[in-house]
Amino acid sequence: MTDSAASFDIDVRQGVLKLAPRGDWRARFLGGLDDPLRDFADDSVGRDLVIDMAAVERLDTVGAMMLQRTMHSCTSRTSTSEFLNASEAQAALLKQVESHLDPCHVEPLHGNIVVVLIDRLGRGVADAYFASLEVMSFIGLTLSTAWRVLFNPKKMRWTSTVYHMEEAGLNAMPIVGLMSFLIGAVVAFMGAKILRMFNADIFTVELVGISVLREFGVLLSAILIAGRSGSAFTAQIGSMKIREEIDAMRVLGLDPMEVLVLPRVIALVIMLPILALVASVLGVIGGGLVAAMAMDISPALFVSRFQETIVINHFWAGLIKAPFFAFVIAIIGCFQGMEVEGSAESLGQRTTLSVVQALFLVILIDAFFAMFYLEIDF
Amino acid sequence: MTDAGGDGKHVIEVEGLKTQFGDFVVHEDLDLNVERGEILGVVGGSGTGKSVLMRAIIGLKRPSAGAVRIFGEDYYQASDKDREAIEERWGVLFQGGALFSSLTVAQNVMAPLKEHLNLPEELVRDIAALKISMSGLPEEAGAKYPSELSGGMKKRAGLARALALDPEIVFLDEPTAGLDPIGAAKFDELIVNLKESLGLTVFMVTHDLDTLHATCDRVAVLAEKRVMACGPLEEVRKTDHPWIQEYFSGPRGRAALAHKASEGMS
Ligand SMILES: Nc1ncnc2c1ncn2[C@@H]1O[C@H](COP(=O)(O)OP(=O)(O)OP(=O)(O)O)[C@@H](O)[C@H]1O
Ligand SMILES: [Mg+2]
Repeated sequence: MTDSAASFDIDVRQGVLKLAPRGDWRARFLGGLDDPLRDFADDSVGRDLVIDMAAVERLDTVGAMMLQRTMHSCTSRTSTSEFLNASEAQAALLKQVESHLDPCHVEPLHGNIVVVLIDRLGRGVADAYFASLEVMSFIGLTLSTAWRVLFNPKKMRWTSTVYHMEEAGLNAMPIVGLMSFLIGAVVAFMGAKILRMFNADIFTVELVGISVLREFGVLLSAILIAGRSGSAFTAQIGSMKIREEIDAMRVLGLDPMEVLVLPRVIALVIMLPILALVASVLGVIGGGLVAAMAMDISPALFVSRFQETIVINHFWAGLIKAPFFAFVIAIIGCFQGMEVEGSAESLGQRTTLSVVQALFLVILIDAFFAMFYLEIDF
Repeated sequence: MTDAGGDGKHVIEVEGLKTQFGDFVVHEDLDLNVERGEILGVVGGSGTGKSVLMRAIIGLKRPSAGAVRIFGEDYYQASDKDREAIEERWGVLFQGGALFSSLTVAQNVMAPLKEHLNLPEELVRDIAALKISMSGLPEEAGAKYPSELSGGMKKRAGLARALALDPEIVFLDEPTAGLDPIGAAKFDELIVNLKESLGLTVFMVTHDLDTLHATCDRVAVLAEKRVMACGPLEEVRKTDHPWIQEYFSGPRGRAALAHKASEGMS
């Protein structure tokens, strides 16, 4: 298939321009003719033009459009311009496209690039402000829904809640446990190496115990759940939003907060502490195992030292944070899902945003807790 | 428009087709031919497998038995290159429109043009504008995203995309569902027009009796997993099958017929 399948000739007879297209005038062969034809049209504005179709073997809408376009931009309407020798089908096609020659916009209008950039910056700041307000109001809405459901327990969606507990909690247990186990081991290794220099091997127990119980167990679980379930919540709710399922729920008198959001929030708030507990236990076991293998701290010694030095406060200090993390992750996941609009692209953006924001907030809250504990000496 | 491939008369041949989802058989031993340059209407009750038949023909639902030949070639056996050649020669309008949600309408129409043809950008834009206008959409619809369109406009935008490459066959799944009656009538007119000026072959799933009367050269009725009747409307109407009788002789069927008759007289 060559580009030369289509061509055109021009000649002038008694002051009338004559354009004679020839060959196969279908879209695929016309790429090279677009510019020449436009130039020709620009040069001959206002002149009389006849187009002789005799040598055109095939024509499709694109060919017809290009010829009609040329015809229209050349001629003043009242002239003798016309198509000659067009077969019946060609004439029909030419007529068909004639009334559809106006260009249309491909994208929504963009203005000046500087203006657009400033505009975007402004919008970004304003959006961040309004989004934070909206998250607040979403939290309020969730809490008031929870309050209402509390007094009308029949409205509680148990099936859905239990499903999400399994999906987001139970199914995440192996990976959370494994990660925590490995982190516990890594911490113990670090401790072993550095503490040995001071001949203080035994403090590895404290190192592992305190860091895993207070921070790593719960933080790791939260990070994993944010990546695993927060994003899933956004995607689930977002795709329902795109297909108007949320709107359908509303008009059927089902409250999406009750049906979709509350079960997810409750499921995570219940499951994350359990996950954090499992993570803490496995983290300590991982540390203990390394202590036994790489150092001379036998399991029995590890356990007795652990009991002596690690007060229960460390455990509670970690676990108390879990429901807060869970709440934030679930709220952000659902909120971003509800914010999805129209396109698949928006769904992707919101899912990313949901994970990033949830992680950010989890770390932020963790920092607040650390300061708080420091102040109250917990 | 006779290109290489296809033995002239039949552009689509379906032979002994069987499709199933798990154990659930949708079609069994189904035969259907579509002739070059005709508009074939496919009717049948909801859930009889019209959409699935269309998907089987356009290569989206592999049949568990039987053969589907398009331009004389078995799509499921063809090489990648042949497949691409076939894909350039058909256009599809899905039941739900299936527009790319992250592209504007114009970009949707431009997508197949850019993929298959090597044309200058300016021309591609002009072509998109032409197809959008031909499908009966207003000019400003080009820059809109699918989520900003009404249901009927989505249909039209889907049609514009289906027609982007000037295909030889277009598959339309319920093109007039959700259009206002005037819009639907215009749509019918457009299809007939295109068929006549472009030599288009049309495979159209429809529930719309007026469309059937206004456009279709032949009608195929899907029931009991097979094509129960296939032929010109007049013949099919006479078939002795309870569903067919009810379909064409029910109040809507008679209304459409009366309308057609009154049009014929004036
Ligand atoms: N992906 C799928 N998985 C399982 N079954 C399916 C699937 N798609 C369709 N079916 C079944 O195949 C049958 C035919 O479906 P199809 O969509 O072709 O119906 P239709 O004739 O187009 O109906 P309508 O007129 O309502 O569009 C239905 O019974 C449907 O349940
Ligand atoms: Mg269908």
